[in-house]
Amino acid sequence: MAGSDDVILLDFWVSAFGLRVRIALAEKGIHYEYREENLQNKSPLLLEMNPVHKKIPVLIHQGKPVCESNIIVQYIDEAWHDKSPSLLPSDPYLRAQARFWADFVDKKVYEAAKKIWMTEGEEDRQVAKKELIEVLKVLEGQLGEKPYMVGESFGLADIAMIPFSVWFHTLNEIGKMNIERECPKLAAWVNRCMERESVSKTLPHPHKFYEFVLEMQKKKGH
Amino acid sequence: MANEVKLYGATRSPFVCRAVIALNLKGIKYELVVEDLSNKSADLIKYNPVYKKVPVLVHNGNPISESLVILEYIDEVWNGVPILPQDAYEKAQARFWAKFMDDKCFPAVFKAVISHGEEQAVAEAQEALQFLENELKVKGSKFFGGDNINLVDITATFVAFWIGAVEEALGIELLPKDKFPKLTEWSDNYVNCQAVKDSLPPRENLVAIYKKRFGKA
Repeated sequence: MAGSDDVILLDFWVSAFGLRVRIALAEKGIHYEYREENLQNKSPLLLEMNPVHKKIPVLIHQGKPVCESNIIVQYIDEAWHDKSPSLLPSDPYLRAQARFWADFVDKKVYEAAKKIWMTEGEEDRQVAKKELIEVLKVLEGQLGEKPYMVGESFGLADIAMIPFSVWFHTLNEIGKMNIERECPKLAAWVNRCMERESVSKTLPHPHKFYEFVLEMQKKKGH
Repeated sequence: MANEVKLYGATRSPFVCRAVIALNLKGIKYELVVEDLSNKSADLIKYNPVYKKVPVLVHNGNPISESLVILEYIDEVWNGVPILPQDAYEKAQARFWAKFMDDKCFPAVFKAVISHGEEQAVAEAQEALQFLENELKVKGSKFFGGDNINLVDITATFVAFWIGAVEEALGIELLPKDKFPKLTEWSDNYVNCQAVKDSLPPRENLVAIYKKRFGKA
């Protein structure tokens, strides 16, 4: 059985990937030490614990690092398998679905969403908006009439996606779009996830994320 | 229903080959459904509507896509030779390296190939591969999985076999022995494992395909 007394998380307050890990730790009720990283001046510990990517989040458990958010979430589920709830289904086929959709968020949602505030020019932005809505509608297709992304329980796939809900307000403002109106099922799923304390107490307010993005854009001279 | 296992794809794809190796490692009977990727079958689109890619494993009518997801599924459903470690931390390490292979190594190698061995692209590919070289050095074992192959070795099949074929087809050097002694030794050991030998496509076929697809006119 894993001890909860030697868990450190190297993270950045607004990182969607770090938020996944914080939600998973909260779901399991695991106590940990949170360490905020300055991404412009990374700590020696971060560079030592993630020499390959030098990125957050990094979970350090009993001195040993685990990197890559979706991998960390699965690690948390397995190392603390005796603590409920389970973060993955028990059925192998549903587990495969959970992994597939968690990976889909990485491959498709993150890239499409970033483009909204990174592209310049109205034409490119319209293309980026269309791409993002298409990707979100694929997620809605997976959701269907189910309460959560895979099966009946909140888990890996939901954890992978829910931090990006913090981005919706920013995407709506900068992209001049209305994600909730175009994807009502996804909006309902967000509300359902927000009923969980692990989510509502962990996610930063969407306006704070918007302020952060505006700051970033100002620094880049937009 | 009887245990019906179908795999959509052809082994000239390193991603499909991963799944074939895993199936052979576990001794699973399956039907290979060869796909013409320029004319995808209705079944492939039905089973993988999100990406429309191979490999897709269909087990008793249930489709699983993405090679790494398939490998974990095979390991969880069928006993026999293990593909992932049991220990949670070791599992996380294996998943990390498999993901690194796909996120960093493969795209960098691909870029080096399509640029016909352009200096900067080759340098970036070798930078990524150096992490694998170091990992083998640190581990000091025959395979990434220790004495036996595991998820990481299987994911690295393209390094062991495809890189050599591409080097020959294009007359470029991606993995010189003097720079990558560990990876070179690992490659030789890996392609001689029975399950791997049984799964690899004929090298001449790959060389011919790559000469045609990427070779200079």
